[in-house]
Amino acid sequence: MNELFAILLPTLSGTLRLATPLMLCAMGGLFSERAGVIDVGLEGKMLAAAFASATIAWATQSGWLGLAGGIGVACVMALLHSLACITYRGNQVVSGVAINILASGLTMVFAVAWFHRGGQTPGLDTALRFMPVLFGQSLLVYVALAGVGATWWLVGRTRFGLRLRAAGEEPAALDAAGLSVAWVRYRALLITGVFTGIAGAYLSIAANANFSREMTAGQGYIALAALIFGKWRPLSAFAACLLFGLLDTLAIRLQGVSIGGVLVPVQLIQALPYILTITLLAGFIGRAVAPKAIGQPYEKAH
Amino acid sequence: MAAVASDPALELIGIEKSFGPVHANRDVTMAIPKGRIVGVIGENGAGKSTIMKIVYGLHRPDAGEIRVDGLVVTHESPRDAIANGIGMVHQHFMLVESFTVLENIILGAEQGALLKPSLVAARAELLRLAREYGLQVDPDARVGDLPVGDQQRVEILKALYRGARILILDEPTAVLTPQETDQLFRILGALKDKGATILLITHKLREVMAATDLVYVMRAGQVVAERATIATNREELAELMVGRKVRLKLDKAPAQPGAAVLYAEHVGLTGAGGVALLKDISLTLRAGEIVGVAGVSGNGQTELLEVLSGIRAPSSGNIAFGGASITAGHPVDAGKMRALGLSHVPEDRHRYAMCTAFNAAETSVLGRHRDAPFAASGVLDYPAMREHCAALMERYDVRPRRPEQRAVRFSGGNQQKLVIARETAVPPKVLLVGQPTRGVDIGAIEFIHRQLIALRDAGCAILVVSVELDEVMALSDRILVICAGRIVGEVPAAEADEKTLGLMMANIGQGDAA
Repeated sequence: MNELFAILLPTLSGTLRLATPLMLCAMGGLFSERAGVIDVGLEGKMLAAAFASATIAWATQSGWLGLAGGIGVACVMALLHSLACITYRGNQVVSGVAINILASGLTMVFAVAWFHRGGQTPGLDTALRFMPVLFGQSLLVYVALAGVGATWWLVGRTRFGLRLRAAGEEPAALDAAGLSVAWVRYRALLITGVFTGIAGAYLSIAANANFSREMTAGQGYIALAALIFGKWRPLSAFAACLLFGLLDTLAIRLQGVSIGGVLVPVQLIQALPYILTITLLAGFIGRAVAPKAIGQPYEKAH
Repeated sequence: MAAVASDPALELIGIEKSFGPVHANRDVTMAIPKGRIVGVIGENGAGKSTIMKIVYGLHRPDAGEIRVDGLVVTHESPRDAIANGIGMVHQHFMLVESFTVLENIILGAEQGALLKPSLVAARAELLRLAREYGLQVDPDARVGDLPVGDQQRVEILKALYRGARILILDEPTAVLTPQETDQLFRILGALKDKGATILLITHKLREVMAATDLVYVMRAGQVVAERATIATNREELAELMVGRKVRLKLDKAPAQPGAAVLYAEHVGLTGAGGVALLKDISLTLRAGEIVGVAGVSGNGQTELLEVLSGIRAPSSGNIAFGGASITAGHPVDAGKMRALGLSHVPEDRHRYAMCTAFNAAETSVLGRHRDAPFAASGVLDYPAMREHCAALMERYDVRPRRPEQRAVRFSGGNQQKLVIARETAVPPKVLLVGQPTRGVDIGAIEFIHRQLIALRDAGCAILVVSVELDEVMALSDRILVICAGRIVGEVPAAEADEKTLGLMMANIGQGDAA
């Protein structure tokens, strides 16, 4: 019994820890995409926020200001995406990719220029970080969990959520009801900014003690995959994030483990989340039906 | 006009609206009496949709005044119009298909930040409206699962839920079956009895005569006439709409059928999953004769045209045309059929007859773009294409005569004229025409019908497929009735009447369901 716990508990705990940035990004992306705007820029927003959080926390000697800074920067990038996609009706995928490239480049430029540590920011004291508060998990993990519930409630149970979903399905219906599609989408993308900002802060000032080059390592994309895998529904996407988190945890815990005398190649286990994504998306779970108007800039007929 | 005297619910006074160089509404003045059904008719592009969008706040007028119940109002957005008791049922429904009926109803008219109270209140209100007006819909059904007629009811309920006293319906019957249309008019009658004012935007004269009390006729952005419905008739309204005498009856000489040019023998077509789409179709097309195919939409008409035109290969049987024999083993493509002298005006103009990004000149040579004089050694000759297009436009009265204009920017009637002009530029031996006048206004319908008769008289064999029974009866010399992919009867046009054809279209189909 104790042995089982000895394996199970760290696995669960690790799953939750690794799934947190995914959860935050997936919920953030859900707002954007359910409103009809594709967001492949989750990764970039999270990366920029991670850098901003670590830098500001170090400069101001305050973890909270670091978190606020991360959210602020992610929101600015979300506004950039909004401006390109909503106001100027640009291509949403191109804008998202541009944001990723921008974040990747700018974080490096600033990190090297300011800190001369090969792209890293200075290490933070534990006092400045969001250290474990309950059951060995950081406060931000609980924020992420609460975020899932909040997303479920906002999207499904409120007036804002109804309008958000309408914007992503049939924006013309929203327009005909006398509501502004652009305003709904702007708000949705700002929420995406807040979520990705927290995700970034989690990486650099909670899970780690500083920012390092490309520290998001594709988790924004994995979150996007989880969102699609979860058919753009909050709870399903949450479950998908947990699954990816579990696979990541197993990949770490199974290193050097041999099954039946055969050493399991670490690479194989590390590749598992990606293999799973492809398998699942390739129709194993049936076609994911995207919001109908996703990717289409809304143009009023007049 | 004493019959319609009543206080105006809605007045439009001197409304002007221009879009760039296009003067869409000129000095439009209307007085819509309370508690009446008022028709606003006009051809496509006459400005009737524009004026209604102005009333509903989707467009801002350049000049003029709108009064609701005698008070001057400005509608900056639909929100203002809704607040003033105006509701609109758009031609393309403004419904979220993945939402339930209830969710659609409250969208934009929620009572608070939380959905639940709104949904509860809306459900009660919906039940009340359903009782009062006979507008039965399941509040929890997903809108996307509902038939079109029910979706339209949801649109009407949406407007009523918002307290609409003036209801604007834009071409409401375009998507409805005749039964659904009757039902809609019954609902409108019930609304009228409860004191609602209804504006019916349409170009279908029969419906105006059947449902309205008063008619405004628009042409070229202006109101050209106002008539009490009982004091007018279809002929007069058609003339007012078009601006000249229109003959609703088609005069044609008896056909002089010549040699058979196309045979289909026992043609069958099997679709995905082994579904038999066409069964044992045999027909003969003769030079100088129009054969009409009558049937309820979706009974194999589309597939018949696709097989005859070479778009799809038959699964069984044989088609003999121009010395070629087309079978499942020896299919041909549409290009080959065209080269053999078969032209095709497809049912779905936008998908099969045009390329939406192309201009009229390009559209006018599609399918013949590799031939001289439009192409020389693989390079398109644009001046020649434009010249060709201009000539076709002149001959077929395509307006505006602008070969550089994108084809989709023309009205439906003008698009169709351009397509028919292209398909008959080189006189074909056989012309297949699907829905010759779908989305086409009255003036153009008459023109297109006369062109088809002229082609017939010049010796072309024509097959016309249309869901408009009137049209099939007016054009055809012989009528084939299709049901469930099978030709269930043939009637000489002279002996055909709506009732017997209707029975053949429906009843035999039920007996043939297997």
